Amino acid sequence: MNILVCVSKTPETTAKISFTDDNTQFNTEGVNYIMNPYDEWYALVRAVELKEQFGGEVTLLNVGPAANDAIIRKGLAIGADKAVRVDAEPGSAYETAKHIANYAKDQDFDGVFFGKETIDYNGSEVGGMVAELMDLPFISYASKLEMDSTDEATITRDIEGGVEVLEVAPPFCLSAAKGLAEQKIPNMRGIMMAKRKPLEVVEAEEVNQPAEVVGFRLPEEKGKVTLIDPENMEELVRLLHEEAKVI
Amino acid sequence: MSVLVYAEAHGGAFNKKAFEVVTYARKTADILGTECIAATVNSDNPEKLGVYGAHKVVQLQSGALEKFDAGTYTKALDQAAEKLGADTVILQHSSDGKSLIGRLAARWGCGSVSAVNQLPTYEGGFKVEKPVFSGKAFATYSISSDRRVLSLVGNSLPPEEMGDEQVDVEKFDLDIEAPKVKVVKVDKVKGEIPLPEAELVVSAGRGMKGPENWGIIEELADTLGATTACSRPVSDSDWRPHHEHVGQTGIAIRPNLYIAIGISGAIQHLAGVNNSDTIVVINKDPEAPFFKSADYGVVADLFDVVPRLTEAIKKFKAS
Repeated sequence: MNILVCVSKTPETTAKISFTDDNTQFNTEGVNYIMNPYDEWYALVRAVELKEQFGGEVTLLNVGPAANDAIIRKGLAIGADKAVRVDAEPGSAYETAKHIANYAKDQDFDGVFFGKETIDYNGSEVGGMVAELMDLPFISYASKLEMDSTDEATITRDIEGGVEVLEVAPPFCLSAAKGLAEQKIPNMRGIMMAKRKPLEVVEAEEVNQPAEVVGFRLPEEKGKVTLIDPENMEELVRLLHEEAKVI
Repeated sequence: MSVLVYAEAHGGAFNKKAFEVVTYARKTADILGTECIAATVNSDNPEKLGVYGAHKVVQLQSGALEKFDAGTYTKALDQAAEKLGADTVILQHSSDGKSLIGRLAARWGCGSVSAVNQLPTYEGGFKVEKPVFSGKAFATYSISSDRRVLSLVGNSLPPEEMGDEQVDVEKFDLDIEAPKVKVVKVDKVKGEIPLPEAELVVSAGRGMKGPENWGIIEELADTLGATTACSRPVSDSDWRPHHEHVGQTGIAIRPNLYIAIGISGAIQHLAGVNNSDTIVVINKDPEAPFFKSADYGVVADLFDVVPRLTEAIKKFKAS
């Protein structure tokens, strides 16, 4: 089972969000970056488990600048065998997807795994784009993946109010949701081994940019909270009905 | 050139999200100065989409479309758009819509913006805003390609009756190869409104002290007709099923009413709920950060105040 796991770099979940250059750039000052949680906790860990079950190789891929190497090394410490970084600073989901597909199309992967979305742009787009560009089936929001052999996978996909159980033969693309695997903390041996694992840097091909972010804004501040007397829940119900008009 | 909106029918029927996306698409078509055509698959009453603004409805038909698959449905929408000369496709930001948006945009090599919650503008180019950083900010995207694909987050705008059922419904028989993915079964939680679709949500956190105390939460939710949710520590400790987990790494929701009980309001939790219309926070700690994001706050012991809120709602409903 040869699996490509595509990981993204995102600001950590507690990062303060602000913007510079007349609200056109994300303010990176003082922001710590992590591997996107869905990519790391679920997509990568499940891929490593499948490799342990069937043999083969897990390749980690990131599209980004050299500063992303720390995150890539963490992925190698968790259990990926080798890594590829496509040297580009993508400005859109489409650009990222094109770089991934350009690399992956000549390789022989049985699976291409993504997280269900990144926690910065929340797009849920790259996985489907790569699937289309490579003409592979795509299963989004996979919360369970079982394989008895490398010929067929049974995948549970989260849908509104329930799940759908699907069968698909490799190669396929999937995006990983909670439940697909358990978060794994790299151990010392993994961290040491990661330093010796290969990290190939690939030059990016020119890609057109059909969509781009032109500005940001922060949400309007909420007005001050209206405190309600705990002895008077009738008052809260009245406000929800008459003022907020939600009940 | 026209706007093609895909309205999802589940079990033959549309839900509110389908009508929302049609209204959104109609308003987008008005902005672009063009026509709004609704596409649907396996719907029992496609003419209903005319009520919410579609100028015309097409029912996409093929043996390959019996069950949802991202690959085959992308091909169906591609063929329909081609036939109709549509350059803008609008999807629901649902589990199916999220599987389609990337595929269709990549097929066309065009710009796409997922999870939009505002209408686009069309002055000096096509621009549209969406929430980013899990709701902590908004970004405006500019799409420069001739074609474009958007997905609309639920509860962004109310469905409006902008037309009637006297709308042309045309059947498109499409030639599409069978999907590579086989649907074995579908399991839905019975009786409950799924969280992403719920308009009223009662959510509880670590302040509940243990899973055995959830009776008062369920009673409040039942009385209100609300769906229950929980914070991450609660689902991580298996006090509640993980599909109830809302927040940055759980699901993001935007109900009309979110009642947070015994949840301190960590930034990761807020990220998943701060687009709710009205937020009520019940917490005994007046310093809980959640109060800063709340519309209404009750500083009190939840075990004391929640049953009284339930009683007050019962009285209100009876009156």
